[in-house]
Amino acid sequence: MDLSLLDIGHSYGQTRVLEGISLEIPAGQVLCIVGPSGCGKSTLLRMIGGLERPAQGRVMTRGAAPEGCLNPLTFVFQDFALLPWRTVAGNVSLALEDHRLARARREAVIADVLSRTRLSDFADALPRQLSGGMRQRVAIARALAVNPAVMLLDEPLSALDAQTRELLMEDLVGLWSRAPFTAVYVTHNLAEAVRLGHRIAVLSRRPGRIREIVEIDTPLAERRTGEAGLERVQAHLWELMREEARAADAELIDA
Amino acid sequence: MLERVTATAPVRAAQGTGPEQGREVPFRGGGFRPGQRRWVAPVLFVVLIALVEAGTRSGVISNLTLPRPSDVFATLVDLARSGLLWKHLAPSLGRLVVGASIGAGLGILVGVMIGLFTLVRAGLVPLVAALFPIPKIALLPLFVIWFGIDEASKYALIAFGTFTPTVVATYGAVDGVDRTLIRMGQSFGLTWLSIVRKIVLPGALPGILSGLRVSLAIAIILLVAAEMLGAEYGIGAYILEAGALYDLERLFAGVTVLSVLGLVVSFLIGRVERLLLAWRA
Repeated sequence: MDLSLLDIGHSYGQTRVLEGISLEIPAGQVLCIVGPSGCGKSTLLRMIGGLERPAQGRVMTRGAAPEGCLNPLTFVFQDFALLPWRTVAGNVSLALEDHRLARARREAVIADVLSRTRLSDFADALPRQLSGGMRQRVAIARALAVNPAVMLLDEPLSALDAQTRELLMEDLVGLWSRAPFTAVYVTHNLAEAVRLGHRIAVLSRRPGRIREIVEIDTPLAERRTGEAGLERVQAHLWELMREEARAADAELIDA
Repeated sequence: MLERVTATAPVRAAQGTGPEQGREVPFRGGGFRPGQRRWVAPVLFVVLIALVEAGTRSGVISNLTLPRPSDVFATLVDLARSGLLWKHLAPSLGRLVVGASIGAGLGILVGVMIGLFTLVRAGLVPLVAALFPIPKIALLPLFVIWFGIDEASKYALIAFGTFTPTVVATYGAVDGVDRTLIRMGQSFGLTWLSIVRKIVLPGALPGILSGLRVSLAIAIILLVAAEMLGAEYGIGAYILEAGALYDLERLFAGVTVLSVLGLVVSFLIGRVERLLLAWRA
């Protein structure tokens, strides 16, 4: 399933946050959206997932969702959004319970996604017992359980420390390499963007416009942190964003 | 080349006198962390009772001001032996259970509705705010007219008294449910009912239960008021009768029963919390 964004614009009150965003998101690719803080990238992602309504423009899907897809547009949130009163398996189960699945089928799906995210041993643990990285892996398992057409990842690694982030990036690359999925990945971290994105859309500061779209040809599995080619792309992205980020940092939130 | 620094590198401990003299950094991070001391409450309780006992025995406290704790205890033992205690306690417990269940049940229902629906909130929040400060005891005559002199008016009084604090605690708790969890539910296409049942209600439960602590204490307070309405038996009736006769021993015996009732209710809610909210720990 492909996604198209047609001339999306949005304001909060007097503040213009997004303007003239048009994007193609072809199936099987990871599109990263980077930009300075407050540029509206998370807002844009919520619009793609139907959690927020854009003031102008439309988000369109083209083509059918894959077979067995229960929730075509599926989010992974920055703060994990796990129910603290449910176990790991229970949290994954939540996404399946509203669909008519036989009990055995549901349990098979849960077991499958937990093993893909290396959480099988923690099925009965509560979120508070898990580290940040494991919590986010639970959220990824929950997203995989509904077999999404497009994964919408909203700064999924931003709440984690640097080492955990590195490990989870490898996990994401591994998951994608074994079964390529379509994803929109919002982040302010350029290193994540060059590791995980087939294409990287750079947004300007408020109102967010697309400044440039950078393509990286190196396959995801062959990318390494600190590799010269990726470093060059990252430096270029930073060049694009530097002034914007500085200006964004000097702005008043409500001005 | 990386140079390895051993962990046993020499450290110059600053010691001795003079301007170069070393001082240890003082610790200043303590306090503001209430811990658990199980024995404090019983010891304080025993000390207070012992003080009153000593005071009444020595005559420092006149027996018009306070009864002797040992006499109160003897009265309680008598009450229990004669079977009167149960005769008074049973109807009171019935009134408490029925009245508080109706009040808290409706309160939770209305509170959840206020938390979920704009229209209900707009209409009922001011109404509840207006009802809350009414001293329910002042409406006693009205309750008799509306519900008769029998049990119904007693249930109604207790129910009315527990209703408003439960509503306020419940809609506060529903408002406090993490919005990102609700967005998450929506993003997975959960039905409205599923979101309420699996996300909103469990999320609001801690707040609802701590609200119940307050509401049930109010229910016990109102028990005495309710039993002003022509009740023959009941702890409230027993206390009121003792008060009318200025029989301090019996008055305090009755008050002690109410206090114990309060402790039991608080203990039970604690157990329910530990059972249902084990995930918080």
